[in-house]
Amino acid sequence: MALPLELPSYTDMEPAVRERFARIRQRPVILHVQGLDKTFIGSQGEDVVALRDITFQIHRREFICVIGPSGCGKSTLNRIIAGLESPTAGTVLLDGEAVREPGPERGMVFQSYTLFPWLTVKKNVMFGLRMTGCSSQHAETTARQWIDMVGLADFIDHYPHQLSGGMQQRVAIARALANEPRVLLMDEPFGALDAQTRAQMQGYLLQIWRNVNITVLFITHDLDEATYLADRIVVLGRNPGSIKEIIEVPVPRPRRPEHLLTPAFFATKQRLEKLIHPPEEAQDMPLPIFRMTYVGDEAL
Amino acid sequence: MKRALTPWFAVRREFGPRRALALSFLAFVLPFSVWCAVSYLPFVWHPKVLILAKHDTALLEGKRYDPAMVERMNARALSAGKTPAVGQPANPVFLPAPHEVLSALYTVFTTPPRNRITDKWFHQRVYESLRVIFWGFVWASLLGVPLGVLCGTFALFSKLNEPVIDFIRYMPAPAFGTLMVAILGTQEAPKVAIIFIGTFFQMVLVLANTTRQIDTALLEAAQTLGARRWRLVTHVVIPGVLPRLYIDMRILLGWAWTYLIVAELIGEKSGITAYIQQQGRYFNFERVYAGIVSIGLLGLGTDQILRLFGRQMFPAQRQGAPGFLTTLSRTLGAAVRRRMPAAVPASPTREARSADGAAS
Repeated sequence: MALPLELPSYTDMEPAVRERFARIRQRPVILHVQGLDKTFIGSQGEDVVALRDITFQIHRREFICVIGPSGCGKSTLNRIIAGLESPTAGTVLLDGEAVREPGPERGMVFQSYTLFPWLTVKKNVMFGLRMTGCSSQHAETTARQWIDMVGLADFIDHYPHQLSGGMQQRVAIARALANEPRVLLMDEPFGALDAQTRAQMQGYLLQIWRNVNITVLFITHDLDEATYLADRIVVLGRNPGSIKEIIEVPVPRPRRPEHLLTPAFFATKQRLEKLIHPPEEAQDMPLPIFRMTYVGDEAL
Repeated sequence: MKRALTPWFAVRREFGPRRALALSFLAFVLPFSVWCAVSYLPFVWHPKVLILAKHDTALLEGKRYDPAMVERMNARALSAGKTPAVGQPANPVFLPAPHEVLSALYTVFTTPPRNRITDKWFHQRVYESLRVIFWGFVWASLLGVPLGVLCGTFALFSKLNEPVIDFIRYMPAPAFGTLMVAILGTQEAPKVAIIFIGTFFQMVLVLANTTRQIDTALLEAAQTLGARRWRLVTHVVIPGVLPRLYIDMRILLGWAWTYLIVAELIGEKSGITAYIQQQGRYFNFERVYAGIVSIGLLGLGTDQILRLFGRQMFPAQRQGAPGFLTTLSRTLGAAVRRRMPAAVPASPTREARSADGAAS
């Protein structure tokens, strides 16, 4: 799909953006994913390669999006980093230490909100703090701060089923952040929300990320979302899931909704389109649609 | 504004509270009215003849005979020039009329036992039954709940226990009666054991299955928040499935009641069962029915009380549609509130106080 206007290349950056990436590269590496392979056993006993040779690094305070067509293994990648699944080969290093099992230093936000339905908002946010050995008093104070930060102070004693989807996801973010994780893993967290709420949540997340010392790895299949949120985008291909390219997003920060209409944004998106739906893979198979109406003649 | 009523045959749609209540009411009224018809309308069934006055026949007064028998005896009396017996159509002795059973529900408590040595008062029998149910279920729960949750959580416990339990589950609890009497004597202990055997093995399997239904996403979320093994069990698995476990336990308590009758027949007969048997032997069938009905009432009553407790205990999780008693109490409560005068003065009004003063 070609856009009607002449776009700059996505690799052309304003000097400020270029300098910013240079600064990011100077920062220490928080998460190092090294040569990750994941093979499942299929239903007929055959090997299904989900991920092959995934290698990338995340620097401190960086916002990384992983994007790819459905079934490319991006969720599996996230679950391996979280420690919920083990890789067939390769390692995940967090601050230089190998990840083997789930832990509070890798907070996770799931697409299904996964709040504990028997706990109030406050108790949900306190959960991780209590599990990592905080006193209940300290946990409560901290929980209140985080709930304030996601703007839900009025709902502190509500139960999850009394909240909307967007509110539940804000609680889930507060709950993950309350443990002050080294990296926040988000697995299509806004995928189940409607378009307006999703845009709102993206705004919230960027605000939180600016004000909190947090590194984010964000899985999505939404090109706009990835381009709007990320510093860098890791693009995965399908069969097997392997990295096609890591794109440095040339859109300046702080990001605002107006940035969705800039040439830099469109250029990035166009590149992503090309990577995810490459022309050589496009299915050239016209659908057999019969003509069944005469009413729509003027629509032609 | 009047809301449109749900059609009578709407697939998977709830009725309003008033219609739901009316239907629940009808569920009791319909069978009851059939019973009334059979009892009070002489032409409906009444296959027997109740002898009111025997006169010169050999029939017994107050007994029920086949009509052919009465006719034969009366014919013989007439041919001998004697007065025939007088009787009326009646139902068999095992089908008392509703009013007899209803009054028996009261008189069972006021009638002293016929044999002071071997019989007991009805309320003593009820107490015996409740004790057996209580201890049987408590023992089963003390062992069954932890084991069920462990089997549902750890494959180790599941694989180690469930095959054996599944095997024992198919042995009917009454089959253990003789064995239990041999081991535990003839008093209360073997009866408690039968209730235990009847509920424990089912309980482990049912609770294990329910525990397995915990949302694995919640377990994963808890792990990424730092929860480890035992805390995962105590802080996620158990609170997550507790409302459903509670409902399971209510159903299992119902099963315990079904084993009660068998349990009370082994060893020395006891409880409501013993009372029912005794009254059957005396031909007091209205009291037999009263005994059976009171078991039903006790079961329903405990279950509804437990349901109300459940609603209090688990505010976060919905407990399904409200039960019959809940609807009834809500509708009655609303009706009472409508009838009540709008404002009840909290303190006596000035007029009342001055009137009091004048009187004193």
